[in-house]
Amino acid sequence: MSALPRASDLGVIGCHVCRLVSSDPFDHDHPDHAGHGDVATCPRCGSALHRRKAASYSRSWALLIAAFMMYIPANLMPIMRTASLNDIDDNTILSGVVELWTKGSPDLAVIVFTASIVVPMLKFLVLGTLLITSQRGTDWARPQRAKLYRLVELIGYWSMLDVFVVSLLTALVRFNVLSLVEPLPGVIFFGLTVVLTMFASMTFDPRLIWDGRETHE
Amino acid sequence: MSTTPHDALMICEHCDTVYRRRVLTRGDVAKCARCQAILERHHGLSRNAMLALVLTAMIMFVQANIWPIVTLGLNGQENSATLWGTIIAMWQQDAKVVSVLAAATLFFFPLVKMISIGWLLLFARSGRRAPGFVPMMVTLHYVGPWTMSEVFVLGALVAIVKARVYFDVIAEPGIYAYAVLTLLITVFASVDLRSLWELTSEKPA
Ligand SMILES: [Zn+2]
Ligand SMILES: [Zn+2]
Repeated sequence: MSALPRASDLGVIGCHVCRLVSSDPFDHDHPDHAGHGDVATCPRCGSALHRRKAASYSRSWALLIAAFMMYIPANLMPIMRTASLNDIDDNTILSGVVELWTKGSPDLAVIVFTASIVVPMLKFLVLGTLLITSQRGTDWARPQRAKLYRLVELIGYWSMLDVFVVSLLTALVRFNVLSLVEPLPGVIFFGLTVVLTMFASMTFDPRLIWDGRETHE
Repeated sequence: MSTTPHDALMICEHCDTVYRRRVLTRGDVAKCARCQAILERHHGLSRNAMLALVLTAMIMFVQANIWPIVTLGLNGQENSATLWGTIIAMWQQDAKVVSVLAAATLFFFPLVKMISIGWLLLFARSGRRAPGFVPMMVTLHYVGPWTMSEVFVLGALVAIVKARVYFDVIAEPGIYAYAVLTLLITVFASVDLRSLWELTSEKPA
């Protein structure tokens, strides 16, 4: 008997919405044992009960791959056009960072670089690693992997920063006769990348990190 | 262990470890021994104080949405941007996806969040469940990660610095209202509203 029993050891299940602990209807010892395709609902909030998030691996992989496919055009295509009387300038995410750096705001450049480039890359790396290692059931660095997952959950949405910057600049400069700021398709791809990575990390079930082979000993 | 009533138990959401709940006192944070995730934290805010914070947040939200956020001047010409002006501009510039994203994460979801939290707390003060308690609590769970006002504040700051290269830029009261709103959101983020499931009686008011 482990000192830290898990829900399946005790025949209980936790609701992922309201956290109520109830007896696990999927457990074989349960009086009205629910079969494989059956739907059990939480007695308190009515949400569907799952031991693990449904199809966590396949959904999370699909969303992560879709996000990566959006991320490529998001970086290659310009996100914003600034036009004035004498020149037209198309900005990518990276050139926007460089511009901030050279125009004398290196601190903001670092923030934008972190939000737009480091955070998405970190999400791809961390979620990919978590998916692969959990699918293999390895017990390698479990506490660290659990921590990385929570970090990604916490900072993921800050990537939306550049999308809001482009939106505000568009609204501000739009009616000016002498100059113009326009959003370009890259910003749409980038917004979609952020949303898809957020969904990908939400569909990943962190309990899978701890499931591995020794779970049912 | 089977003799322990289920409501005395709590399960770590991050690793499925089962714990017996213990009473937390001021400043306590219960952490999972297996994965180190926070299980439960005691917050010193009374429900009345929380309600007052929600009301303040609502007032700030209205002002953040009415007042311009940034004004830009060039050769005596002035342009101001409000949140909705920004959302509409993106729609008209064929970035409709972005426009919808901004409307949802900066307007509709924060609005839903504040109104339902306010409504739930109004009844929770006397230990009751508000009408619509269950659907509202479930909605709050799903809307939770999708409010981004704090990212928008930082975005406005970056936009000001970028525009300053070419124009005279003035930060308007709207941005300050947003900044205050962000502070309030940070306070709120530390409060786990799911405790309302336990603190209020099952019967609706
Ligand atoms: Zn529930
Ligand atoms: Zn845990």
